[in-house]
Amino acid sequence: MAAAARTMFEKIWQRHIVVDRPDGYTLLYIDRHLMHDGSAAGFAKLRERGIKLRRPDRGFATPDHYVKSDSRSVAAIADPHHRALVEAIRTNTAESGVTLFDLGDERQGIAHVVGPEQGVTQPGLTLVCGDSHTSTHGALGALAFGIGSSEVAHVMATECLWQRKPKAMRVSVDGTLGEDITGKDVILAIIAKIGTAGAVGHVIEYTGSAIRGLSIEGRLTVCNMSIEAGGKAGMVAPDDTTIAYMKGRPFAPKEAEWDKAVAFWRTVPSDEGAVFDRDVSLDAASIAPMVTWGTSPEDALSITGRIPEPSTAPDAAKKDSMKRALDYMGLTPGTPLEQVPVDRVFIGSCTNSRIEDLRAAAKVAKGRKVVIPSWVVAGSGLVKKQAEAEGLDKIFVEAGFEWREPGCSMCVGMNGDTGKPQQRIASTSNRNFIGRQGPGVRTHLLSPAMAVAAAVTGHFADVRKLA
Amino acid sequence: MEAFTTLDAVAIPIDQPNLDTDQIIPARFLGKPRPTQVEALFHDLRYTPDKKPRPEFVTNMPAYQGARIVVAERNFACGSSRENAVTVMVDNGLRAFIAPSFGDIFFNNCFQNGALPIRLDAKRVAEIRAALHAKPGSTVKIDLASQTVTGPDGKADRFEIDSFRKDCLLKGVDEVNLTLGYEKDIAAFEAKQRQEMSWL
Repeated sequence: MAAAARTMFEKIWQRHIVVDRPDGYTLLYIDRHLMHDGSAAGFAKLRERGIKLRRPDRGFATPDHYVKSDSRSVAAIADPHHRALVEAIRTNTAESGVTLFDLGDERQGIAHVVGPEQGVTQPGLTLVCGDSHTSTHGALGALAFGIGSSEVAHVMATECLWQRKPKAMRVSVDGTLGEDITGKDVILAIIAKIGTAGAVGHVIEYTGSAIRGLSIEGRLTVCNMSIEAGGKAGMVAPDDTTIAYMKGRPFAPKEAEWDKAVAFWRTVPSDEGAVFDRDVSLDAASIAPMVTWGTSPEDALSITGRIPEPSTAPDAAKKDSMKRALDYMGLTPGTPLEQVPVDRVFIGSCTNSRIEDLRAAAKVAKGRKVVIPSWVVAGSGLVKKQAEAEGLDKIFVEAGFEWREPGCSMCVGMNGDTGKPQQRIASTSNRNFIGRQGPGVRTHLLSPAMAVAAAVTGHFADVRKLA
Repeated sequence: MEAFTTLDAVAIPIDQPNLDTDQIIPARFLGKPRPTQVEALFHDLRYTPDKKPRPEFVTNMPAYQGARIVVAERNFACGSSRENAVTVMVDNGLRAFIAPSFGDIFFNNCFQNGALPIRLDAKRVAEIRAALHAKPGSTVKIDLASQTVTGPDGKADRFEIDSFRKDCLLKGVDEVNLTLGYEKDIAAFEAKQRQEMSWL
């Protein structure tokens, strides 16, 4: 009898088991460890114990959370604690031998942009980082998830993690996406459908013709927000698109090793007939440009929709949380989304700061003028350089956007890039939590093209209708 | 790591579903030394923008002072991987969290800090919260060895926990030391991987 059909997740999991304990816990081997300026706590924990990194060759670091978006200078970071974190990544990587893409190096950027860009992220591998958006890397067919600083130290010391096997969930998006519908709209539609806790305890595999039709960059955006659906990780099976993307990247295998790697990558996708613990499906044709209205990523609506009425909530608890969200967001139920004025626009973050995101944004910005303060923060120095080579920076600047330096910037505001209380921000980032972009700030999540539509009209607008 | 065995303490009810880690500790406090983060717990829920305590928020109510347990709603502590969400609660004396479900990363981070996340049936968790609201300052009892939670109403419920996590908590096991004991297995795995995936 043939071996049982396995999911891609199952295959990667099995290949990385170091020890399976009878109590159901697995010591799982980690192939790649991405570090950033927030990883200093992990290094400090290791130092306290007098332990060296087991595999510095498996570690890659870049400062992203605390770096300024208007300067590449470490000295210019005003907060001494933040400056110390950006300095610490230099000393920690120099002492340990971890590869660093530092400020001033064009390869620096947001860890989740840099990993795929450099070919560090590869199909069939396990990858972790002390950041919840590590799920991004699953777009290349890796099992990638975020961990806390104690587990960061654990991986540094042992290159392993204790894990209980999560369940597998399949999200199929079949059909053809409409014009101007992007990975961002797809993932917001998925989260709106299954809820922000919809995938807790599960690894999601995104599949179906609409997912296969996405570029790697679109897939990265989808997998990035798996955590916003509660998923442990999100992944897409490696295919020709993946292999073409990997080819020639600095840390991708070369020559004879390339052929061996590709042969392995071809074995990674789920087998025909593999069984998932849960199945969800969406019709691609039904997905419109999405915008969030509330304080959870599940509060997402089509741009053609209206701010919801709490009275339509299924129960008292949901009604109460809707009221609270509407109050924080300063919105009146029944208002068409297209009539909601916007104060500011942020295009960037590990969700939407890659070259295709900037191309999509520039396409809408070309020949138009922004009417509210608007920023573009490229995901890495290489993305920025590519955009400049294509003249996108000129389009943005002529339209009135600020063209800034790579980092997490206003997605999380840890570097001081925050909004003002009650300011309404159209943001291509991943979280619309209360206070995420600064105390009192009202965040609405959307795609880069939709963010530009808001920037040039001063309110949410359907990018499909812009003449 | 400090062992966790039993806890009989005042519990605070938190009724909001999906209470994310940004609400537990806002990002602007993360880059600071741990001792200075203690005050950041639930910061923007506890204080108005002009820094006045909100009397209606549970941790500001006198009856809940000295609380060591949180009884929350579904998907508690979803969002970011910041371990500070656990440590800021531990540093404020809170060591056990009861909810219908948790954010995965927060759930794992608890065990790294001697804290116990307990999943219980949503209906029962709602009952316990209602009892706490009815009589603020009531206590909840947790016994890890027997895996039971006893509410203010005296009703005891069994909860599930992985035996691996349970043993580590009961004994205060240090996970790094535990794993270093598997050195031979890790080295054997690496030798095999060098053969099979030579491009890495």
